[in-house]
Amino acid sequence: MWKWLHPYAKTERAYQLCLTLQPWFWVGALACLSVGTVWGLAFAPQDYQQGDSFRIIYIHVPSAILSMGTYVAMAIAALVGMVWQWRTAYMSMIAMAPIGAVMTFIALFTGAAWGKPMWGAWWVWDARLTSELILLFLYMGVIALYGAFEDKQQAGKAAGVMALVGVVNIPIIHYSVEWWNTLHQGATISKFDNPSIAPEMLWPLLINLLGFAFFIGAVITVRLRNEIVLREMHRPWVQALAMNKALNQQPGDAATASLKEGS
Amino acid sequence: MQFESFADFLNMGGYAFYVWLSFGVTFLAMGIIAIQSFSKHRDLLKQVVVEKERKARIKKARQQQQDNT
Repeated sequence: MWKWLHPYAKTERAYQLCLTLQPWFWVGALACLSVGTVWGLAFAPQDYQQGDSFRIIYIHVPSAILSMGTYVAMAIAALVGMVWQWRTAYMSMIAMAPIGAVMTFIALFTGAAWGKPMWGAWWVWDARLTSELILLFLYMGVIALYGAFEDKQQAGKAAGVMALVGVVNIPIIHYSVEWWNTLHQGATISKFDNPSIAPEMLWPLLINLLGFAFFIGAVITVRLRNEIVLREMHRPWVQALAMNKALNQQPGDAATASLKEGS
Repeated sequence: MQFESFADFLNMGGYAFYVWLSFGVTFLAMGIIAIQSFSKHRDLLKQVVVEKERKARIKKARQQQQDNT
């Protein structure tokens, strides 16, 4: 059933897949983010209580949801790496960590900028905010741990264990608004049967959510290719690829000049 | 359009600072990670070429040394 997936354990196939997906992700991200953001900022109706400050929702909610989504994806990659010993799995794990951290940072920052006018404080040590901050630390921990090992397969294992243990934090973030008394408001769009948001406000939010997802996908495709090049530097296909790229670049470039000299 | 004028839009019902700060920092952060990812890719490919040439030079030097002895 999963046999079709096996060729992608090879770095060359994974690299090609990234190249194929990448333009679609960038186009999707640009289209959805521009439509969703303009719609959300200029055309969505005002909130009856929060006025125009609620428009921060159009970046806060997508980045917060996807900071958790990316984390789960990263943990799944870590699990695959551990169980099936795929090298590409750890590479994808470490390709996802930085963009996940950026999403978490955006969620925290926009939350603070929204909290100041609405709650009167940039930051409170509330369950939702604290658990999201821990998510940021988990991402940074995974990146730091991976960077601390010279042997990258070993690094993948260590960082992978950390990523897997950190999954515990995901349900805590999600249910924090129900389990504890908190300043943060409850779920808005995950209650699909009865969303507590008007459709003309919800549409731009969903479009931006899709746009952020595309953007994350696009960044992952670039970073996974980086990781593959870094790890497979001595493989002939990577060298051929790099040579090709260097020769196609404009003359005057240092690498190109030395190349022509050499040949 | 929810706003009367462009100035009105910029003012964001008095929340201009918070709204534009949020959107500004968000897109700045996204731009930085995108650019960083691409520039790292360019650097890595260059590094591959440099590394390969270094290997070739070492091999050539060894060859010459062997020929001389």
